[in-house]
Amino acid sequence: MTKDAQAAIQFSHVHYQSGETKILNDITGWFPKNHITTLVGPSGAGKTTLFRLCNGLISPDSGEIYIDDQKISSYEPVALRRKVGIALQQAVMVPGTVRKNLALPFELQGEELPEETAKEMIRLVGLDESFLDRNAKDLSGGQRQKVSIARTLVMKPEILLLDEITSSLDRVSQQEIEELIVRINETYQTTIMWITHNLKQALSIGEYTWVMMDGELVETGESSLLKDPQNPRVRTFVKGESE
Amino acid sequence: MSFLLLGLSLIFVLIPLVLSKTLNLGLEKDAVVATIRAIIQLLAVGYILQFVFDAENFFYIFLMVVLIIGAAVQNARKKGVSIKGITWKLIVTFVFIEVLTQGILLGLNITPATAQYIIPISGMVIGNSMVLSILFLNRFTSEIESREAETELILSLGGTPKQAIHRPLISSIQASTIPTIESQKTIGLVQLPGMMSGQIIAGADPLQAVMFQLLIIFLLLTTAVVTSAMLGFLSYPTLFNERMQLLKPDKQ
Ligand SMILES: Nc1ncnc2c1ncn2[C@@H]1O[C@H](COP(=O)(O)OP(=O)(O)O)[C@@H](O)[C@H]1O
Ligand SMILES: [Mg+2]
Repeated sequence: MTKDAQAAIQFSHVHYQSGETKILNDITGWFPKNHITTLVGPSGAGKTTLFRLCNGLISPDSGEIYIDDQKISSYEPVALRRKVGIALQQAVMVPGTVRKNLALPFELQGEELPEETAKEMIRLVGLDESFLDRNAKDLSGGQRQKVSIARTLVMKPEILLLDEITSSLDRVSQQEIEELIVRINETYQTTIMWITHNLKQALSIGEYTWVMMDGELVETGESSLLKDPQNPRVRTFVKGESE
Repeated sequence: MSFLLLGLSLIFVLIPLVLSKTLNLGLEKDAVVATIRAIIQLLAVGYILQFVFDAENFFYIFLMVVLIIGAAVQNARKKGVSIKGITWKLIVTFVFIEVLTQGILLGLNITPATAQYIIPISGMVIGNSMVLSILFLNRFTSEIESREAETELILSLGGTPKQAIHRPLISSIQASTIPTIESQKTIGLVQLPGMMSGQIIAGADPLQAVMFQLLIIFLLLTTAVVTSAMLGFLSYPTLFNERMQLLKPDKQ
């Protein structure tokens, strides 16, 4: 990976296991600041677990994670989670309206979401303002993903982690979200990490790519590496995915 | 009532045994065990109570209450094994309930400070508190599991453990106290409460029996709500660590 960029997140020999099962094994690598990095790999590779570590929902069993060159353990948990925002794979909604969901990060701080921010965010993710009064449980999968992204964005995180937000969506919604991610990166210079198992997306949107398999980081570099991977395991994976 | 007459009443045990046998219900073993246990336990309690009543010594009353609480903890803790230190939390809850209820009853002279009142009322209050604890712990552990995604969502957005657990906690408190409140709405209409029936059979003035039953109903309302709320607020912090992470069973 080119070294002209600063590291937003850096991993040094990170291990994580659940019971006796190793889930992440000796992860060492970094995500460049202000860029979009895609994270690809077969299901069960440990991608979601890696994100949960970055947002502080879990801690590594050994090794160190640095956010902006500071040990992750030196951050106060609430501050860390607002700095490193995550949109979870399932796009869970709390019961109530879309507005209530967007207001959640403010509510948790004992504040009210300014109406202007609500409108700005809902428009940014490509939904019109009438959606604010809709019940979250009546949204389609794609709309839920958009609201979930907007809800994380109202915290103005410096780093945004997006976990398979397009995998259950049709082609049109996928494209809208791809454009949205590029727009967020351009508008706020947000550092974005994006898990996808769509390699075309990884090639067209991300500038950098991580390939993970069986809890290991097997390849990292500019996304074009996916066109002609040298690593035989990555080659097999890419071949399998593009069939 | 004599032991001979009590022996005759075993007919009521024989009927289900015969039915179970002919219909292949497979209840025989449990029914026999339940009958024998009930006979031994209640007779033992009867003799112990007789002894304590005659002795008129506060130490024995205290000992009885400790025994009641011990048995209740023993029963309820099995439902909360996933919560760290559940035994102590149950002890604290039951002791608090006992002190609160007896404190008010004796402090305001609502009931006299004799074994005859303190022990049965403690038994009912702690027994009810135990049932509530079990209801609450069952509900709370399943709510935590079914709402795990929502709990983690709130944590991931910078919420505190208290904020993240709020809905599972409140809905478990509500759900566990509803049966107590519901059953008291129809009390006296559908069935006469056990204690009142017992008193009436033993020859007490029905109005006196009713007044005591009302006292118990009021006590049980307090018991239900205080038990669930207290146990809930004592328990939820053990589900998280100091990094505000929801602990999984294997990481506890
Ligand atoms: N809390 C957990 N307990 C046990 N196993 C887990 C847990 N979380 C994830 N895993 C396992 O870890 C592996 C990696 O999971 P995950 O990070 O979700 O992968 P990915 O997002 O790449 O599909 C999987 O085999 C999964 O079953
Ligand atoms: Mg995943």
